[in-house]
This record gives sequence, C-alpha cells and structure tokens, in this order.
Amino acid sequence: MNDNSQPAAVRARGIVKSFGSGDTQITVLKGIDLDIYLGELLLLVGESGGGKTTLLSAIAGILDINEGNIDVLGVPLSALPANKRTRFRGQTMGFIYQQFNLLPALTAAENVAVPLLIQKVGRAEALRRARVMLNRVGLADRTEFLPKNLSGGQQQRVAIARALVNEPRLLICDEPTAALDGPNGQKIMELLREVGRSPDRCVIVVTHDSRIFHFGDRMANLTDGRIVNIEQISQEGTA
Amino acid sequence: MIGAYFFITMIRYDCFSSIGLEFSTSSSRVGDHTVNYVALKMLFGDRAKYLMLLCGLTFAVMLIVQQGSIFWGLMMWSQASITNLNVPIWVTDPGIAQVDEVKPLADTAVDRVRSVDGVEWAVPLYKGLLRARLATGEYHQITLTGLESATLIGRPAEVLEGRFEDILQPDAVVLDQWAVERMGGPTVVRVGTIFELNDKLARVVAIAKTQKSFTNIPVVYTTYERAMRYVPHERRILSYVLAKHKDGVPVEDVVQRIRTQTGLGAFTQEDFGFKTYMWVLVNTGIGINFGTTILLGFIVGMAIAGQTFYLFTIENLRQFGALKAMGASSFTLSRMILLQAFTVGLTGYGIGIGFATVFGFLTARGGNLPFAETWQLLLLVLVALLAICLVSASVSIIKLARLEPAIVFR
Ligand SMILES: Nc1ncnc2c1ncn2[C@@H]1O[C@H](COP(=O)(O)OP(=O)(O)OP(=O)(O)O)[C@@H](O)[C@H]1O
Ligand SMILES: [Mg+2]
Repeated sequence: MNDNSQPAAVRARGIVKSFGSGDTQITVLKGIDLDIYLGELLLLVGESGGGKTTLLSAIAGILDINEGNIDVLGVPLSALPANKRTRFRGQTMGFIYQQFNLLPALTAAENVAVPLLIQKVGRAEALRRARVMLNRVGLADRTEFLPKNLSGGQQQRVAIARALVNEPRLLICDEPTAALDGPNGQKIMELLREVGRSPDRCVIVVTHDSRIFHFGDRMANLTDGRIVNIEQISQEGTA
Repeated sequence: MIGAYFFITMIRYDCFSSIGLEFSTSSSRVGDHTVNYVALKMLFGDRAKYLMLLCGLTFAVMLIVQQGSIFWGLMMWSQASITNLNVPIWVTDPGIAQVDEVKPLADTAVDRVRSVDGVEWAVPLYKGLLRARLATGEYHQITLTGLESATLIGRPAEVLEGRFEDILQPDAVVLDQWAVERMGGPTVVRVGTIFELNDKLARVVAIAKTQKSFTNIPVVYTTYERAMRYVPHERRILSYVLAKHKDGVPVEDVVQRIRTQTGLGAFTQEDFGFKTYMWVLVNTGIGINFGTTILLGFIVGMAIAGQTFYLFTIENLRQFGALKAMGASSFTLSRMILLQAFTVGLTGYGIGIGFATVFGFLTARGGNLPFAETWQLLLLVLVALLAICLVSASVSIIKLARLEPAIVFR
C-alpha cells in the first residue's frame, strides 16, 4: 500500500554523526539516506550499537548532526532555531523511549498529560484525554498509580499513551515492546500500526523483536552506519 | 511571626494539593499553571529527596541566623552601659572613644549644656570602676554609677526587688542582677546586705534588672552626690552629662549645638552606641574572631544550600531532558527550576528561622547568652538565600540549556 509517490514525512539525506574527537572519535552514522512516508509504519532493525537510537535522535532534532539534512513534514530541522525546533517537536512528534523516562513523582495519568500540559492545554482537559489514552492501552484501572507501583510492561504502556496523547504526526519509537510480553506487545503494535495507517501520520519503530515484524510496512536495516537494505513487508492476512 | 512561618511551611503541601484540585475542576486554567504543577510535583513527589533538600537549606539558614544573632547579641552587650541608662544625649570629652573609657569633665559642664538652646534638661552622671569588699572579705571590681538624686535620670526601667527610690536613704545602693550573680548569688548578696566601697559602707536596698554588659562588671547604683564620697579624691569626677532635647527640636540639631557652643563631645544615644560598638569590633578580638566564625558559617551555610539544590537538579536532569524532548522550551524549564528553587528555599528559610529562634529562646532566656535576632539579619539571610537559590538554579538552567535531550533515548 505504500508506493513511493506518497509525500515523505521524513526525508534524511547524507546524515553523518560522530562522537568524541581525535583518536577516540567514532563515526556512528556514515551517510544515511532515508525516507519515511505518511501512512506507513517503518521498522528499523540492525545490530546493537549500530546507531539506531542515534538516528532516531537526529530525526527528532534532539541531537545535532555533523553532516546532512533532515526535513520533517517539509520543514528543514537544521534551519529552525533551537526554541522553534523544540516547539515544532512538541507539536508534531511523539516519543517512546527504550527506557520509559516517566516522571516518578507523577501518576500515570499525569505523566500521560505532560505533553498536553507543555502545549498549554488546561489541566482538567489534559487529564481527561490522558485517561482516555490510558484506557486505549489497557490501563484504565491504573490511571492514578505512580510509576514505581506499575510493572515494567505497564510503565511502557504509560509511556506509549504519553507518546500518543497529543496525536503526533510523527511517532518515534525505540524498542517499544522490549519490556512487554507477547500478547501485550501485539496489542501495542496494533495501536501503533493504526497510527501509521492514518493518512497524515507515520511511525518509525526500532526493534529486535521478530514477532512484531509483520506489523511493519517496510523494514530498513542499519548496519555499520549505513542503511544497507530496505525491504517491503508482505501484508498478507493483515490488510 | 515565627509561628506563622511554621504554619505556612506545614500546610504548604496540603494547601498546594487542594489548590491543585481546584485547578483540575476549572478547565479554563491555562498551561502556565499546569507546568508549574508538574514542577512542584517533581519537587514534593520524592518525599525523601525533598526532605534532604529541605534539611540542607534549613540547616544552612539555622546556622547563619543563630551565629548572626549571637554576634549581634554580643554587640548589643557592648552598648549595654549606654542603653541601660536610656537617655537621648550623652555629652563628654570630644576625644572619647567608647563609653567605658571615662574622661572626666569640669563640674561646670552641666550648666553649660543646660544653657544650650533646645536642651530640655541636663544632669550629671558619675561612672567609674571601684572595688567592693564583701563581709566575707572577698573583693569584686564594680562599676559605680552615680545618678543625679533629684531626678534619678538613667535609672533602670525594671526593679526586681526592693524600691529604687530607697537609693536616697543614707549609704543606700542598688545592684543589678549581674552584680548579685557575680558577687556570689542571692545567698551572699541581697536586699539588706552591707558591703564596703573604698572603706565606706554601702547598703543594698534594691536589685534592678539591666541588660548584661560585655565586660560583665557588676553595676552598683548610687546618687551622684554620694558617688563623690565613695571615690578617692579626684579633681574632676563628672563623667558624663546626660541630656534631652526639647520636644519638637530634632535631637541631631541639639547635639550639634551642644558641640559648637560648649566645645564638648555630644552624641545621640544611637551614635554613641555605634561608636562603642565599632570600638569593640576594631579593638578587641571579637570582631576578627567572631566575624570569621560568622563569615565561615555564612559561607558554609550558603555552600550547603547551593550544593544541595544543585545536586537536586542534576539528579532530575534526565527528567528535564524528557520534558525538553517532549517540547518544553528552555524558558519553560527555567521557570520550573526557579519555582522549585524558591519554593524549597523559602520553606527552608521559614523552618530554619523557626529553629534558630527556638534555640535562641531556650539558650538566651534570662539574658545569659547574647542572642539578638533582628529583622535586618533575617532580611540579609533571606536575600542571601534567594541569591543562592537563584545562582544554583541558574547553574542548573545553563546545564539544562546545554543538555542534549538525546540522553533520554539512552
Ligand atoms: N553521546 C555519545 N557519546 C559517545 N558515544 C555515543 C554516544 N551516543 C551513542 N554513542 C555510541 O554510538 C554507537 C551507537 O549507539 P546507539 O545507541 O545509536 O546504538 P543502537 O543501535 O541504538 O543500539 P541498541 O540496539 O543497543 O540500542 C554506540 O557505539 C555508542 O557507544
Ligand atoms: Mg538503541
């Protein structure tokens, strides 16, 4: 269902990123070209330490790159001043991190409401929408729990609800199912695919988990700092 | 006032939660408040960390206020010989350095001061060191204070035992409570006790309450006329002329007039106190010794306060990074950090002052330890603390501005 005539939500060209300097310098991204289209769920796979998280950070505009250009929804990130980039990120992107990064002092519902609060949505409204979203990830009965009183999988689902709550057009997920068991992982991926299928949204998911490969539309393989292969995933039985 | 501090501090958390509830019921509230809410929850949410932070700040404030109050109290003691007499104008030799250094004047000085325009009254005062010999044979150095008998101007405001007016009886003297203490306590010295001043009889008729003085030399009150009998014959025995300005005439003007018309040194009570105080600061070890202690206390206290808060934000850096990744601007994050800093800073200030006051109240009760918690000191500590909070918050803010929110992905 994804032909490349659709507009690219993310257009990355010639991304180079190194860490450190001098003898200890390592180049993690060695010239990445990648397009992510609206209406798709792109899987990003590759060896551990290969630079997947680094690439996600670059696309999110929270990590400065050495070379290359990244356009998100037609906006060149590097052209935006820092504060505008921050606002742009808050308005258009949602994140699911490898580590959940929930605020330990806030309840599940409050955590989910944070992106809305940052966007100056009133607190009552933000909390209402947060509870709706928690309901969708199956945590309706845990909305007032603190993160420390939730299991790892439940925390991950709170983080997912938080990423989805402001209906971001670009959803960036770093191993969203790593902490989840099979059925819960499947449920989350269904949710993410639903997001990816909306015509004006897209999802990029980093994963090692072959059980969820079939949720993707395409799969990109990042090896040794380069995208070595992008393959279309057959969608029999799901479409 | 202190009670109020405690109260506010204690109710703050609950108060904040209930305000929070109100916020959540009025949906028209906009984001400004809601991010503040997140900031405060981050602060209060981890009770253990918050209490640690609060303890650090409270300790710092307590240390500074306590040390400062003792220092100030000592300085008050240095002026006790002046404040205990409580008269508006002191006239003496122009070259005088401080109150306990007496430079006698000619007897005519009293009349010369009286003749100055704007002077309501002027009376003589004798003040000098003498040795008292108790019935036990013990000697004690005392300050003999001779008040003009007609008015008894300069008498202590509070009398603990006996009647001060009885000082007019033959051989009568009044002691202050420190004299009783220094000379062996109420079993040795009390109303009715007879001792010798320069081989002449003195009979205690009353015990007065005074502010403890710096040197802690007992004060013996007598009349000016009788003081002349006690002291060995000297050419001049007039130590000071005490005076008051007429109502409606500024005291500074009268002081100036006394100076120019009589050529004597004249000071307001405050100026003379300050002069004495500065003399003690400069000429005794107190300025240096206590000053360094207090300065150290101040620096240590402020360092603790700054360090604790800085650590707090560093520990929260990852959380702030997550907020930044979710689109919180640096401005928003700065505001959150400042809110946290000032909230915990003011709370620590309140509790710290509370503790310091309780300490002062318990130890300085009865006037045995110097302790003067003045509003100037409290204001100074407040300003310093807010400055420290501001500085440490700023350091955190700068660190945060440089922070790559990418840390949240790792
Ligand atoms: N801030 C940094 N400073 C130095 N090196 C870094 C930094 N961030 C990442 N790296 C290095 O870049 C490389 C790629 O890291 P990255 O986290 O992108 O890998 P990854 O593909 O996400 O791995 P994993 O699957 O284990 O999460 C690693 O060798 C890592 O050590
Ligand atoms: Mg990674």
